[in-house]
Amino acid sequence: MQDKNNIPEFNRETLDLVNQIIKRYPQGRQKSALLPVLHIAQSENSGWLSPEMMDYVASLLDIQPIEVYEVASFYSMYNLKPVGNCVIEVCQTGPCWLNGAEQILSHFETRLGIKPGETTPDGKFTLKTVECLAACGNAPVIQVGTEYHENLTPSKVDKLLEQWKSENKKSHTNPYL
Amino acid sequence: MPLLKVTIDNIEVEVEAGTTIMNAARIIGGKVVPPAMCYYSKLEGSGGKCRTCLVKVAQGSARDPRPMPKLVASCRTLVQDGMVVQNITSPEAMESRQAITEFLLINHPLDCPVCDQAGECHLQDLSYVHGLQETRTVEERRTFKPIDIGDKIKLNMNRCILCYRCVMVADQITEKRVHGVLGRGDHSEISTLIVKAVDNDFSGNMIDVCPVGALTDNTFRFKSRVWFAKPMDAHRKCSKCSGKVVLWMKGDELLRVTGRKDKYGEVGEFICNDCRFEQKEKNDWIIEGPRTIERHSVISQNHYEISPGESVRMIK
Amino acid sequence: MGKQILLKNIDVPGLADFQVYRKLGGYTAVEKALKTLSPDQITEEVKKSGLKGRGGAGFPTGMKWSFIDKQSEKAKYLVCNYDESEPGTFKDRHIGKLNPHQLIEGMILGSYALGANTAYIYIRGELFYVLKILEKAIQEAYKNGFLGENILGTGYSLDLYCHPGAGAYICGEETALLESLEGKRGNPRIKPPFPAIVGLYGSPTVVNNVETIAALPWIVKNGYEAYAAIGIGNSKGTKLISACGHINKPGIYEIELGLPVEEFIYSDEYCGGIRNGNKLKAVVAGGSSVPILPASLILKTAAGEPRLMSYESLAEGGFQTGTMLGSGGFIVMDHTTCIVKNLLTFARFYRHESCGQCSPCREGTSWMEKILTRIENGQGTMKDIDLLVDIAKHVEGNTICPLGDAAAWPVASAIRHFREEFEEHVKLQKCPF
Repeated sequence: MQDKNNIPEFNRETLDLVNQIIKRYPQGRQKSALLPVLHIAQSENSGWLSPEMMDYVASLLDIQPIEVYEVASFYSMYNLKPVGNCVIEVCQTGPCWLNGAEQILSHFETRLGIKPGETTPDGKFTLKTVECLAACGNAPVIQVGTEYHENLTPSKVDKLLEQWKSENKKSHTNPYL
Repeated sequence: MPLLKVTIDNIEVEVEAGTTIMNAARIIGGKVVPPAMCYYSKLEGSGGKCRTCLVKVAQGSARDPRPMPKLVASCRTLVQDGMVVQNITSPEAMESRQAITEFLLINHPLDCPVCDQAGECHLQDLSYVHGLQETRTVEERRTFKPIDIGDKIKLNMNRCILCYRCVMVADQITEKRVHGVLGRGDHSEISTLIVKAVDNDFSGNMIDVCPVGALTDNTFRFKSRVWFAKPMDAHRKCSKCSGKVVLWMKGDELLRVTGRKDKYGEVGEFICNDCRFEQKEKNDWIIEGPRTIERHSVISQNHYEISPGESVRMIK
Repeated sequence: MGKQILLKNIDVPGLADFQVYRKLGGYTAVEKALKTLSPDQITEEVKKSGLKGRGGAGFPTGMKWSFIDKQSEKAKYLVCNYDESEPGTFKDRHIGKLNPHQLIEGMILGSYALGANTAYIYIRGELFYVLKILEKAIQEAYKNGFLGENILGTGYSLDLYCHPGAGAYICGEETALLESLEGKRGNPRIKPPFPAIVGLYGSPTVVNNVETIAALPWIVKNGYEAYAAIGIGNSKGTKLISACGHINKPGIYEIELGLPVEEFIYSDEYCGGIRNGNKLKAVVAGGSSVPILPASLILKTAAGEPRLMSYESLAEGGFQTGTMLGSGGFIVMDHTTCIVKNLLTFARFYRHESCGQCSPCREGTSWMEKILTRIENGQGTMKDIDLLVDIAKHVEGNTICPLGDAAAWPVASAIRHFREEFEEHVKLQKCPF
């Protein structure tokens, strides 16, 4: 993404992808592309949707900015505030809870020194709790970007964190690419 | 098209096809009319959300007399020929209405003493009739900071019941909508997201359609309780709207201008912001005379006496 | 192991690849249908097969199709509900991940039967990696002439697209799904009209679950009699059960409807018994929404009959002593489980997922969660327990969509069957577990 005076703009390749998505819906129904385009927009904006980015998406789809805001604020996968490079989403619903999700969450809290909803001071990690990720047979489960990590134990968490730290993990990559 | 026969609380009425139970009940009038907190006949797609108008359909139609399995939203359910509906005669509907009223109040600030809407508030009316004497919730209430959306309109989200009427007004009678319902579930709120003025010629109608004190007129703020103000029908020549309004007077002082609301709280014609906010001198208007308003909670107290019908007339 | 229809080839390496799927007889149902059967004949087959919607509601699929307004001038749509989000349910992910062509083949069959020339797979945004597997498979199907213009030279054309959600359980409700597919908030629509008349973009639309659609190739290939011969009573065919919780072998099992619950839980072919040799305490048999049952009532009905994995048997006794097959999300709890805490996680889930459009659901789900939080933390009163029952009663049946019921049933049933555990929390002023 090029940042000219704070007005976001997708590069050619991303715009092609957006246009290809818009074509999946009937003429005049380009608003249908809003959810997929917001996923792309978020990945192009360090993992969150700024008002400027949402206004840009509105202009791409020829809809009012408020139509974007009301949708972006409805769905839990969109972040309306800045997040760290790597967003760790810990499932806490029944089946994961039955299999030790609380232990996994508190292990993340201890290792990262943050609570759910917070970002580490170095901006590397954000911890989030989420509701059912539909992988209950392999509970406890977390999601990072488009990856699922399942059957977690504290020692697996340690290994994952080491790996992510060493590779400077970014969870917000364009999900279509 | 033949008329359809429907019975509501043992009263029979014939209506055109495509009429909802709510509107059939409004044709009968009086106590069989279910309360409407979100439905607004002038707004397309309104209704179905607040659930205060749920009624029992004891018989679906003459052809298929089975009762409907659940209570239905009378504002969104069409009358079938031979339908039998129970509103105030259904203990089940009454019980659910009491529950819905409680749901609408558990996060409401109950700040009627400092709310400009008091006296003309539909939630207040609803709770007089269907509210519990005691509150059963000890939980902390959801709170938001009141904000100005535009210089003339105050938004107090704490009082909002999320009826979506103001959103529909913005969608349907203004050029551009800049506010909407953001967030979801119990965190939903009416908002513009970033501070943006709701600024267009008809935005003031959001105040008139708001059933509660969530959207109020900043130019009327704390000036008078509505039941101390005298409503007068008046009009002026206006290039943007019909110019037909109600003036809310205190002596010669013009406190507020609103649209003309019927007994269900619906304005007949939407008015423009110029008429509502800018024409605040008595001389700006041709006064037709005192407005007849339906007996309607405390607003009908003080200056009114009961006339033979249900409606009350202002004492001159 | 009973008859395998959906999972028969699931372990074949490379099954997601078109050629592998094709070699195993894939897309022959499409060939048969498009060349020898009329759309109405397929609808008839599906009707007679007894296939029911596998997403949770269990509505007969063929009947749902027959409601579609075929006379309408407007385009018709088939939309696949891949918004799998009901806690305890994880079967659909398995199909798309490992056998995407089975779903695509089903989509072609369903679309042909409905007269749809455009179809969408609405998949929850969290499963983007599955969406990419599906999109790759769709491209293969296009390349091999099973999608696009004039399929197999029959004159029938179909475009199929994937559409991601973005985190909202409510979009599993079919009208919320359609709103979301139109790029809006996932607020369920007020019905009627139903989607078969006014659906996507105001056009006649059918929304079917992944598992339902994935069963179509087999039914078309083998005929309705073969499908209807499997199962018991009005529960025809096979069902995917996602088993999780305190069992030795969590996973996805395809069962013939009618399998005894006891066998499902304890047999090594299925769940393999309770972990660590623990005692079974309770089961939520059909996804978090359905009533929880204590061990005694899940293994046997109140009348003492063995409880079977079927729509009828699980519902035996109504909500007083029975439950529902639902989505087949089978959550097992052993004796170490705090029923109140488990319920609290469900209540939190429904509060989080309520769209907020109608007042009983918006306010009721959040109120119930708050009260349960207090009880679990030892700050509840005996009155709170009755208050919960009362709130659940008034949320149920009074909402725009079934999420209200789904939030109310777990609360009502947990108190119905485990009241003493709630009371213990109040008396001890803490969680006893």
